[in-house]
Amino acid sequence: MSGHSYDAENYWKANLRLIFGSLIIWALVSYGAAILLRPMLAGIEVGGTDLGFWFAQQGSIITFIILIFFYAWRMNKIDEKFGVHEE
Amino acid sequence: MSQFAINLLFVGGSFLIYIGIAIWAKAGSTSDFYVAGGGVHPVTNGMAIGADWMSAASFISMAGLIAAGGYANSTFLMGWTGGYVLLAMLLAPYLRKFGKFTVPEFIGDRYYSSNARLVAVICLIVASVTYVIGQMAGAGVAFSRFLEVEATNGLIIAAIVVFIYAVLGGMKGITYTQVAQYCVLIVAYTIPAVFISLQLTGNPIPGLGMFSTHTESGLPLLTKLNQVITDLGFNQYTADVDNKLNMVLFTLSLMIGTAGLPHVIIRFFTVPKVSDARWSGGWALVFIALLYLTAPAVASMARLNLMTTIYPEGTQAQPIEYDQRPGWIATWEETGLITYEDKNSDGRIQLYNDKNADFAATASERGWAGNEMVVNNDILVLANPEIANLPGWVIGLIAAGGLAAALSTAAGLLLAISSAVSHDLIKGRLNPNISDKGELLAARISMAVAIVVATWLGANPPGFAAQVVALAFGIAGASLFPALMMGIFSKRVNNIGAISGMLSGLTFTLVYIFTYKGWLFIPGTNTLADSPENWILGISPLSIGAVGAIVNFAVAFAVSKVTAEPPIEIQELVESVRYPRGAGTAHDH
Repeated sequence: MSGHSYDAENYWKANLRLIFGSLIIWALVSYGAAILLRPMLAGIEVGGTDLGFWFAQQGSIITFIILIFFYAWRMNKIDEKFGVHEE
Repeated sequence: MSQFAINLLFVGGSFLIYIGIAIWAKAGSTSDFYVAGGGVHPVTNGMAIGADWMSAASFISMAGLIAAGGYANSTFLMGWTGGYVLLAMLLAPYLRKFGKFTVPEFIGDRYYSSNARLVAVICLIVASVTYVIGQMAGAGVAFSRFLEVEATNGLIIAAIVVFIYAVLGGMKGITYTQVAQYCVLIVAYTIPAVFISLQLTGNPIPGLGMFSTHTESGLPLLTKLNQVITDLGFNQYTADVDNKLNMVLFTLSLMIGTAGLPHVIIRFFTVPKVSDARWSGGWALVFIALLYLTAPAVASMARLNLMTTIYPEGTQAQPIEYDQRPGWIATWEETGLITYEDKNSDGRIQLYNDKNADFAATASERGWAGNEMVVNNDILVLANPEIANLPGWVIGLIAAGGLAAALSTAAGLLLAISSAVSHDLIKGRLNPNISDKGELLAARISMAVAIVVATWLGANPPGFAAQVVALAFGIAGASLFPALMMGIFSKRVNNIGAISGMLSGLTFTLVYIFTYKGWLFIPGTNTLADSPENWILGISPLSIGAVGAIVNFAVAFAVSKVTAEPPIEIQELVESVRYPRGAGTAHDH
């Protein structure tokens, strides 16, 4: 990989965009729904308690798994698109 | 067969498997020893990461913490899993592409400074040694409880087993024993949880059972639990937390600490390709989540089970008589982890919250003279099968599972320590011309020394053992994580910037922790009392790692801005770790 080509720059930007989007969701489910926004979600009932509690003890972890697999899948596609994937 | 014989069979059987694997996976080169030859499948690696990560704390203590704290302690669940998102996106693939053996090696090369590498080695050793003490002590406790041997002797047996497979097999032996240990620990953890969930709710999946109907009362399980414990003066299980800033910072500290812990990062060096490093992160979290999604269910159900055991006729009726108590309470009383004192001399067990002023009137009306039974949080998982009346083999399984959790994490930490000593200190600084054979021998000797030191510290744990987890996460989060991340995402951060950043993040974090916990954790030397009124902005010393990381980032950028740009070959190095193409297996210089 020669480094400074136009494509290389776009590849890195595509990676940064994907990371940024994923981390917004990462923050929204944990710091958002499970902690800061819990009082706002208190009206939504889930099995004897509220949605915020569910996100704190189950939902955020499930979302984290989906995020990592989504990132790995998208990035491997982006690698191929920009021709930087491993042989 | 007696319970002792069953436990011996399970623990002994699992140890034989580990030793068998060690002989099969003997390391022949430094590449085998440090990165298992670089040929580990991502799913296998995910499982090994799971065992590496889930320690005695995750297996034994976490459910107890959640049972006691309810919603407030969800921080551990989110913090210890959310870090994997950061690892998989911000660190693992690029460090894998870099393709060397240790974390300090990346910091040394990227910041073209052997001093930066040395700072990283020191951070790594302090974080890993403090962490390993807890594992060895945990193994000792499991031995003494289940095999009725003296804790110190138990510790020595555990150390010999780790010695055999870690010294012989290095990362290769550790990887495949960790896979076996993961299987043992996850089966041991989930089987009792499934049975208990079925008993209480009829739902075989604990994570779902927790949010479904409690069969006996017809109420949702958590509603029932809230009702029972508030009747006894405790806080609601699902009650919200007032200090949200501290909760956010504590979760963030655990997340970045998780992402910065070297013994986890080096596991990503063992897979063949960059794309495998990404998949590995996902698989690791799947395997970790099997336990972490079950733990909160174990917590709430065990708490409810405990309360209904003590108050079989309901919270408005009399509690159980001491003479009628179930066998498991008596067993755990012998270990001192359950204590009973009949304060009002009525021969019954009054278990309630005597620190709640609003409840005091109700308590005295009922003739209660204070809480009479103290149950240590740590017994919850270990006593779970007995509380739910499960057969003896499940108890044997729990014993083997607790030991697997402690030993697998200890081995991972010991490998991180020994590779930092043999590769970063001996080869990197003292004797760069050492042969591969010589380095392999040095790695084995450092591993052996690390095991002896860890065993000694485990047998004589310093008084601050309980505090050290905060220290390990604080150090990893405030020093290593930012240095690694900036090394990949910025071409501008230079050697002086990175070193000043690491040192200031570390100093800031240590000073804040020591101010409240005592200087070097020596009791009585703390400058301020460790209570919420004294914390700056209500930030607990356990949550300060996240602020330390921000200090690190800010100092590193500011200093780099006013000093020279990194040389062109370093900028090219950063460029090269960003693109997956051309990643060979991890190699030496």
